[in-house]
Amino acid sequence: MFETITLIVLGLICIVAAVYALITKKTLNAIIASGVISLLASVIFLFVAAPDVAMTEASIGAGLTTVVFLYAIKHTKGGEDE
Amino acid sequence: MIVLIIGLMLVLIGIMIMLSKTNMLRIIIGFSIVDTGIHLIIVALGYIKNATAPIIDLGVKTSRDATGLIRVLDKVADPVPSALVLTSIVIGLAVTALMLSYAIRLYQKSGTLNIDDHEESKW
Amino acid sequence: MFKYIFAFLCVIGFGWMMWHLVQGFYVPDTMNELADSYVSGSVNELKIPNTVTAVVVSYRGLDTLGEVTVLFLATVGVGFFLKRNSQGNAKRREGSEILKTGASFLAPMIMLFGIYVFTHGHLTPGGGFQGGVLIASATLLIILACPACTLPKHLIRLLEGISGLGYVFIGILGLLILSQHSFLNPRILGVGEWQKLFSGGAIPVIYSLIGLKVGSELSSVLGYLKGGGEES
Repeated sequence: MFETITLIVLGLICIVAAVYALITKKTLNAIIASGVISLLASVIFLFVAAPDVAMTEASIGAGLTTVVFLYAIKHTKGGEDE
Repeated sequence: MIVLIIGLMLVLIGIMIMLSKTNMLRIIIGFSIVDTGIHLIIVALGYIKNATAPIIDLGVKTSRDATGLIRVLDKVADPVPSALVLTSIVIGLAVTALMLSYAIRLYQKSGTLNIDDHEESKW
Repeated sequence: MFKYIFAFLCVIGFGWMMWHLVQGFYVPDTMNELADSYVSGSVNELKIPNTVTAVVVSYRGLDTLGEVTVLFLATVGVGFFLKRNSQGNAKRREGSEILKTGASFLAPMIMLFGIYVFTHGHLTPGGGFQGGVLIASATLLIILACPACTLPKHLIRLLEGISGLGYVFIGILGLLILSQHSFLNPRILGVGEWQKLFSGGAIPVIYSLIGLKVGSELSSVLGYLKGGGEES
């Protein structure tokens, strides 16, 4: 019962962050939203009994992918909107 | 079941981002969201009711058989989808880094990140 | 305007196709036969507590070999596209005092933790990929704290080459030594006792090599993205 409610709340925050990445005008906000989605997916992986996958997704999705995107913005002189 | 629906919604929103944006960095962000959604779907297929993690340490009840074999008494989740998703996450990072290096190189050559301006490879 | 409507219709169509698959989904009560045989085989024959490690390295070892190849190709591609033509360092801001002091204290500890994670991959949750990513995070901390330092490119290339060759060599050893002639069989070394460090055949050795390879490849990708190029 408690587990179901937690999964539903985490899922709703994930979907709201994805819709925000669709709507927003600046690219930097979309990158932070994708990092938040990866972090919440890592917590969801713990509820489905997969601790190895949770460790990997937390370090790669919410760590290295965001850093690689930020380096790409630095080299292309700031993301222009749309 | 809930995790399956979450993964499916993430895949659909990610495809929507990939199809309707013109900035190259936005398209790559959409690709990364689709990747996360697919991993959620695959791991959700390996769940068993009231099961624990597939690591047999001292907390999981085991028993010895008559011939000396060890049998696991508790219910343990399926290890195969976890193993497949583990390699897939690392490959997703490598492919994302490669796509971003393509985008940086195209920007250095032509000065724009808009994908409508690179029309010379259309047929 | 037409583009958005067309994209929306495509997404609705795709979702409708997948909805029929979602409706036929049920959560089973017991494992199917393949998972049962993998779990019992990993506990009794290979004596490894972490069944995911046994599946990744031993039962599905060929997929891991393919993944290592894809990582290598992606690193070579990134290095090929982002080569710099020695344009000088435009504006390098030095890191602050807190960053430099903290990084010089934390970076060796994070690397040691990464090495611990991939050597104990068969006993606790973890393994080669997680340990490799931790080593790459320590390299990122060093890059951020000291912008004028360059990475030792020759050491990274040597480490990566030796790890890749070692992985294939251990696989071929399985063909030559054992009487069953199977590629990537981890029983070439002795299967030790339950839950000791030196147990599980050649699986700790294979996972350590994979961890070093992944760590060095991701570190070199970060070095190329920083803009260091081929200076060192």
